[in-house]
Amino acid sequence: MAVLKQMIRVRGLEKTFVLHNQGGVRLPVLRAVDFDAAAGECLALAGPSGTGKSTLLRCLYGNYLATAGSIRIRDAGAAGPGAAGDAGAGRVDGDGSSNDGHGDGQWIELHGASEQRILQLRRDTIGYVSQFLHAVPRVGALDVVAEPLRARGVEAGPARERAAALLARLNLPARLFDLPPATFSGGEQQRVNIARGLIGGHPVLLLDEPTASLDARNRDVVVELLCEAVAGGRCLVGIFHDEAVRDAVATRVLALEPAAAAAEPALQD
Amino acid sequence: MKAGAYTDGASARVPAQGDAGRAPRPLLSARELTLTWDGVHGCRDVGFDLYPGEVLCVVGESGSGKSTLLQALSWQARPQSGRILYDMRGRGPVDLADLDDAQRRLLARTDWGYVHQHARDGLRMQVSAGANIAERLMALGGRHYGQLRGAATHWLQRMEIDPIRLDDAPRSFSGGMQQRLQIARNLVTAPRLVFMDEPTASLDVSVQARLLDLLRGLVADLGLAAVVVTHDLAVARLLAHRTLVMRGGRVVESGLTDQILDDPQHAYTQLLVSSILR
Repeated sequence: MAVLKQMIRVRGLEKTFVLHNQGGVRLPVLRAVDFDAAAGECLALAGPSGTGKSTLLRCLYGNYLATAGSIRIRDAGAAGPGAAGDAGAGRVDGDGSSNDGHGDGQWIELHGASEQRILQLRRDTIGYVSQFLHAVPRVGALDVVAEPLRARGVEAGPARERAAALLARLNLPARLFDLPPATFSGGEQQRVNIARGLIGGHPVLLLDEPTASLDARNRDVVVELLCEAVAGGRCLVGIFHDEAVRDAVATRVLALEPAAAAAEPALQD
Repeated sequence: MKAGAYTDGASARVPAQGDAGRAPRPLLSARELTLTWDGVHGCRDVGFDLYPGEVLCVVGESGSGKSTLLQALSWQARPQSGRILYDMRGRGPVDLADLDDAQRRLLARTDWGYVHQHARDGLRMQVSAGANIAERLMALGGRHYGQLRGAATHWLQRMEIDPIRLDDAPRSFSGGMQQRLQIARNLVTAPRLVFMDEPTASLDVSVQARLLDLLRGLVADLGLAAVVVTHDLAVARLLAHRTLVMRGGRVVESGLTDQILDDPQHAYTQLLVSSILR
């Protein structure tokens, strides 16, 4: 069996929120999180509410700043020898891990990476499907979905065609394509959101409850699409509360424990 | 606060940089920039790099020094200490202090734009919309009437103003139209960097949304870099890749806009974010 190409490597990840305006209270959410995820895997994050599943996804996307630890992502873009530049502060150098025999792509350390580096990772490598679509005024659904492709230099015509095909597969009525999604139903917005997340073909895809507001028929389409993404060698990390969805798409489950509980044994010593 | 697929709306439009084989360099760099009006109020020790195609928002409340920073960066007021480097076309990074006034003026009216909060401060209210747009081109030696008129017409359309208004003076325009005209007047020379001081603050909410969306499209399509001063975090959310938070003249926090808004680290930023009306 071929060696799995590791895409995500997390070590000792810790996330603590400090609420300065509430007396500086500290909320530990993630503690000592370690895991790897490879191409062709779908990792389902499990654990009760409050164990930091969404927080972990957001840390992986650079939306939340990790408090401590290491988050490495294998970069799909900018792998050329000349790619190192001023903006490459997050590039892993000198410890050998940037060339560990797994093939193309360099490991990028997200923790402490420059903003430019994270933006480039989001364009080329990491996609994110959030729980809700945050609509922008006046931009039609087709363009919302096509945007990740446009950002990668795909012409407007072909990008919109692919967006239309994907939205059609997700059963979004064609009459909605040119309308801004702000007025859509929750389920319609979520399908736009999923299409936008999937269209770019990002090698790493983070999914926060992608099927939460969908009916059975559309949920099945999303499961199909996610299974295709995994079969196609993408690396998925997701939160799937719906057990049927989780069973259908996940290749592995990562159980998170409450950070406070994880801290307890140390306190008992 | 939810970080929707779109909270990182700006991130999908990553500036055209970081592609394999090309090491980008900053378009504008500020180092330890200080400009105070009375020794107290102003901006102090501000430093950042702005890359081509990036939109940077500077947020903070009144008196935080953000407008002073914009004036210092654009050399409308000479900084008291610190440096500003600008990557000039065909010349490379230059310390603005090393340019003479004529060179800086040329830079300011060709490769830069400056959009004022109040359109009347950035427009000639008595001359026609067309003349307002053509002014920069004429200053660069443009004399061909048809070409100037053509450029003005193009930019009116681009800014969603009916070209039939070409010969009307901006005082007959609505506030939103005036602001769009001011932007057109700046973009006609294809600048690479635009400074904007509260570009939507004096507009009605409904007009703000339209202008923001127009700006969003323009910076993406034209690959503009911009420094946008705003007190409105929603403006930053929609427009900016990166955000600087200022308080008391100093930058207290900087980062990706969605990170600043969803996971603010500094007490002041946490207060600002928690004060957003929803």
